[in-house]
Amino acid sequence: MTEKIYTKEEWIKALSGLKSFYNIFVPVRDGDFHTFKALDEKKIPDFNFQNTRLSPKSLVYPQSERIFAYTLDEDTPDANIIKESEKDYSPKAVVGIRPCDAHAFQIVRPNFDNPEYQDPWWIQRYESTTLVGLGCNAPGSTCFCTSVGGGPFSEKGLDALLYDLGDTFLIKALTEKGEAFLENAQGGKEADDAALKAGEDLAAKAANKIEQKISIDKLKDKVQTELFDAPFWDDVAFACINCGTCTYLCPTCWCFDIQDEVLEKQGDRIRNWDSCMFPLFTLHGSGHNPRAKKVQRVRQRFMHKLKYYVDKYNNGVQCSGCGRCVRNCPANIDIREVCELMNRL
Amino acid sequence: MENPYLPYPVRIDKIITETEDRNLKTFRFVFLNPKDEEKFSYTPGQFAELSIAGKGESPIGIASSPTEKGHITFTVNKVGLVTTHLHNMKEGDVMGIRGPLGNWYPWEEMEGKNVVIIGGGFAFTTLRSSIIYMLHPENRSRFKDISVVYGARNPGMLLYKDELAEWEQRDDIHMHITVDGTDDPDWKYNVGFVPTITEQKITSADDAIAIVCGPPIMIKFTQPVLEKVGFSPERIILSLEMRMKCGIGMCGRCNIGDKFVCKDGPVFSLAQLKNMPQEY
Repeated sequence: MTEKIYTKEEWIKALSGLKSFYNIFVPVRDGDFHTFKALDEKKIPDFNFQNTRLSPKSLVYPQSERIFAYTLDEDTPDANIIKESEKDYSPKAVVGIRPCDAHAFQIVRPNFDNPEYQDPWWIQRYESTTLVGLGCNAPGSTCFCTSVGGGPFSEKGLDALLYDLGDTFLIKALTEKGEAFLENAQGGKEADDAALKAGEDLAAKAANKIEQKISIDKLKDKVQTELFDAPFWDDVAFACINCGTCTYLCPTCWCFDIQDEVLEKQGDRIRNWDSCMFPLFTLHGSGHNPRAKKVQRVRQRFMHKLKYYVDKYNNGVQCSGCGRCVRNCPANIDIREVCELMNRL
Repeated sequence: MENPYLPYPVRIDKIITETEDRNLKTFRFVFLNPKDEEKFSYTPGQFAELSIAGKGESPIGIASSPTEKGHITFTVNKVGLVTTHLHNMKEGDVMGIRGPLGNWYPWEEMEGKNVVIIGGGFAFTTLRSSIIYMLHPENRSRFKDISVVYGARNPGMLLYKDELAEWEQRDDIHMHITVDGTDDPDWKYNVGFVPTITEQKITSADDAIAIVCGPPIMIKFTQPVLEKVGFSPERIILSLEMRMKCGIGMCGRCNIGDKFVCKDGPVFSLAQLKNMPQEY
């Protein structure tokens, strides 16, 4: 696999050149935060960030998307017939995605792509996307990727990985997609042994900087109903205000709603992100609601991530350790503490 | 790539008002594209999403049997946005059906056994499908005795009244129709709640499997009756309801523990449910 080294100026230039092959998304400074935006003349990519406020989840799985369209005009022969909408699956590259957020796509995949059913939109968008990661030289205080099967330079789910060596970027292709990306990238030179060694050292040092260690080893062997009936859920949920921030920021949360929207005679069927934190999520037409209480919804979120997913897919926990929910929870609920409680029970 | 969210276009072929309160109607659908009927190959116990442009979708059990060709039927309770709109639609209107979805009653296990069917209220729909399926000449010999306990609040609230009367006349199915109460002096059948009638009429669990569908309160009180007669939890089969959107295990709302009611269910044995979180 190709390994190249670019000066930072060269790299920005290479990205501009790549625009003729890909729709390129890069981290851009946006107020106090960083966010992924499509690269154009007006945007300056900024690779100097801890992590973007939101993961680039929405580039594969938009927060809101039209899935079908129809006409209600009875004068047309296809009135009320629901039809597929045109979709854009042209190649896309996300450059600068953190390894935890790339790992998250891998975690989410079996939900949308399994032997029984395949979600055409998620899969085609995922397959047309090249993920070029940026290793984390200085992981943050809420990062715990190393506890959940990832790492600051983990290659999981990535097509290529960038190492920030100061004045230069070392980039390694990891898959065929990553190889194709580098083939199309102008400039740079083949990485020498010194650069590769510098990259390795950087990765080793970064992993040691993550102080937060949580244990997930016993989750698999727990009995689902025992964890469900554990005594700590009331305490865990006490402070929660059901705002749903955790689910919207989470790169591995995938729940959605489907709604119909009509303007005059034209209608769309739309898929929107949804959240298990909201009581309407599970409200039956009859008025019955299996998760009517806050504690039931909070329990669902943690049980889903740390037990149901583990049991269902044998693919680790449904968490990539990005720490966004920990940083942004207005009530300071910390998944790391909940995970410890569950693992210890 | 096959799109599991795309409904088949159908035409409403016939609408029958089932109950005296007019809250339950049976809709018979014909596929606009005849080839879709082959693709919509289902087994009794499964459900589908009834899909109305501009309104949305509602998951409903399939009331017809695969042995009934040329159409599929659903009996729909008027509850929310989609079902209320459906109740106001007329024969000839075009809409969509997406499915079949979910698992089905354990037909392989039931083969060669006695079958006990217990239904209450409007949950009788997939049980109707099952009865029609078992009584079909090609299938009847695959099952031993078939007993049915079916109850509603009063005679006017029973579904499929003509078929119930016809089954009453047959000697290859034991019908025990009941109502919670009635002031009809000519009422020919039982009066009493489903669990009570079950206790009186279902006296043996030998070589039998029971399918139970009904409101939660009925299930709650029928379960101990069946266990007392000797049905082990493995041989008590239930069908659950849950709020759904996708119907294919992706949207995340209908789970009980790590099982999705839409994909791993809606049919579960009592033994399975006893090992799942009590959250339904």
